[in-house]
Amino acid sequence: MHAAIAKSNPRRTALRVLPGFGLSLGFTLLYLTLLVLIPLSAVFLKTFTMSWEAFWATVTSPRVIASYQLSFGASLLGALLNVVFGFMVAWVLVRYRFPGKKIIDALVDLPFALPTAVAGIALTALYSPNGWLGRFLEPLGIKVAFTPLGVVVALTFIGLPFVVRTVQPVLEDVERELEEAAACLGATRLQTFLRVVLPTVLPALLTGFALAFARATGEYGSVIFIAGNMPMVSEITPLFIVTKLEQYDYAGATAIAVVMLLVSFVLLLTINLLQAWTRNRGLARKA
Amino acid sequence: MTAVATVPARAEPAPAIGGATLEPALVRVLLIGGALAFLTLFLFVPLVAVFAEALKKGWSVYLDALSEPDAWSAIRLTLLTAAIAVPLNLVFGVAAAWTIAKFEFRGKSLLLTLIDLPFSVSPVISGLIYVLLFGAQGWFGPWLREHDVQILFAVPGIVLATLFVTFPFVARELIPLMQSQGNEEEEAALVLGASGWKTFWHVTLPNIKWGLLYGVILCNARAMGEFGAVSVVSGHIRGETNTIPLQVEILYNEYNFAAAFAVASLLALLALVTLALKSLIEWRLHDGAPHLNGDE
Repeated sequence: MHAAIAKSNPRRTALRVLPGFGLSLGFTLLYLTLLVLIPLSAVFLKTFTMSWEAFWATVTSPRVIASYQLSFGASLLGALLNVVFGFMVAWVLVRYRFPGKKIIDALVDLPFALPTAVAGIALTALYSPNGWLGRFLEPLGIKVAFTPLGVVVALTFIGLPFVVRTVQPVLEDVERELEEAAACLGATRLQTFLRVVLPTVLPALLTGFALAFARATGEYGSVIFIAGNMPMVSEITPLFIVTKLEQYDYAGATAIAVVMLLVSFVLLLTINLLQAWTRNRGLARKA
Repeated sequence: MTAVATVPARAEPAPAIGGATLEPALVRVLLIGGALAFLTLFLFVPLVAVFAEALKKGWSVYLDALSEPDAWSAIRLTLLTAAIAVPLNLVFGVAAAWTIAKFEFRGKSLLLTLIDLPFSVSPVISGLIYVLLFGAQGWFGPWLREHDVQILFAVPGIVLATLFVTFPFVARELIPLMQSQGNEEEEAALVLGASGWKTFWHVTLPNIKWGLLYGVILCNARAMGEFGAVSVVSGHIRGETNTIPLQVEILYNEYNFAAAFAVASLLALLALVTLALKSLIEWRLHDGAPHLNGDE
């Protein structure tokens, strides 16, 4: 969505004619340092007070490993669901007309706007055994609330807008002429989709997947209500950090936080690379 | 406002193209059906459920839940937090956007990544970092205790955690907008003798006002709705350090579901208002400056 951020303006020939560079840069750096960089560095410095053995024992204890498996596994499933259905939603919103389209388009951003705690209790109420949806699933033997499946449901909700909003603008830019050309050359609609449309939107699709996955791994509010939070079964990693904090085990909480932060940084780097790829594809198409 | 009503938010498919690049009717119906079923299941039903659960026991229970003193103090604290956090991040956002969009300097992409950093940090960790700084065992803990300053488990901690999680909102809306607008207008104003501040107030600000409002609305929604980060630093003291989302959690964990959903319905309403304003501004922006999303 913010593809233009890193792009430099070719017409900007007069450097630093405008005033206020020193003031605005100084303020930006000061605010960033005080509010973000110093507090985040505290996490890393705190872990240096632990011995390597203690750190390793904390971040690889069986209960923590089980929480990684759940957090990353459920995030992966949620993000994959969002790739399939998010692409479908983006496609339908860009290509077709149907009543209520504008309102539906606006409501896609609901998971961004709705506080996570509200989403959490609403999903729990729906999927609990006597809830609107849970009561139909219960006879089928499907339990959602208070199981790992509930975690997947919450993380799918949280990640829903990412794929739609990254794919939508790219899909709007796809040149219909190319699809026409493919059709004229005898390709079936499915072939055109697989060989012409899909390669064009692939970088955006992957970016959306990575964004949804990254958001889901750190998610807390919407998950803790529906998960049931049983150790080894339905306890996500962020909850484990909170549990450690409540036991005043600051070092333990910090050690797990470092692992999560490193994962976040790797994901952030991946997303930046994917976005650059999307951007270059877009420029190449226009050239 | 007629323009708002007629300009579509996004480009409609050109009606002239069809046939060869249109899927069979059955496929179209299936795709629309699939997309709508997914959205209904994951978006619309949960949203409706919030209001249905809130009103399950009738309006009087609903209104009683909202007039509880604890609910009121949660509402006051949430408003206070947003009233501090949003203006601070607004000033930061404008300063950061001015630096990044108007000037060339080394390390710019690094600065951009750092500004986005809070978005990729788990909310729980966003709270944890302030516990490590200001908690009893934290860096400044002993000094704060000596001088009797309470940051953690008090309002300042809640404000700090909120500032952290809403940090990038205004900046990341303004940066692409200001980059797409270039420097010419500001340079013209300066050549004509306007001072720097005057140029900013009379040239830059009118150009970015819708983008600014857009960022502020998103920032505000997150500031009022943040749960994880605030939960870690708040201490959950009833009537004192509970924001609206934390009040929802407490009521829910006490099995007071009607009250929990009543308070939650306020946040759901806030979300709906946020989405409505956001869509209105998007239509305005597509009218005036089509480059907000950077898809030129």
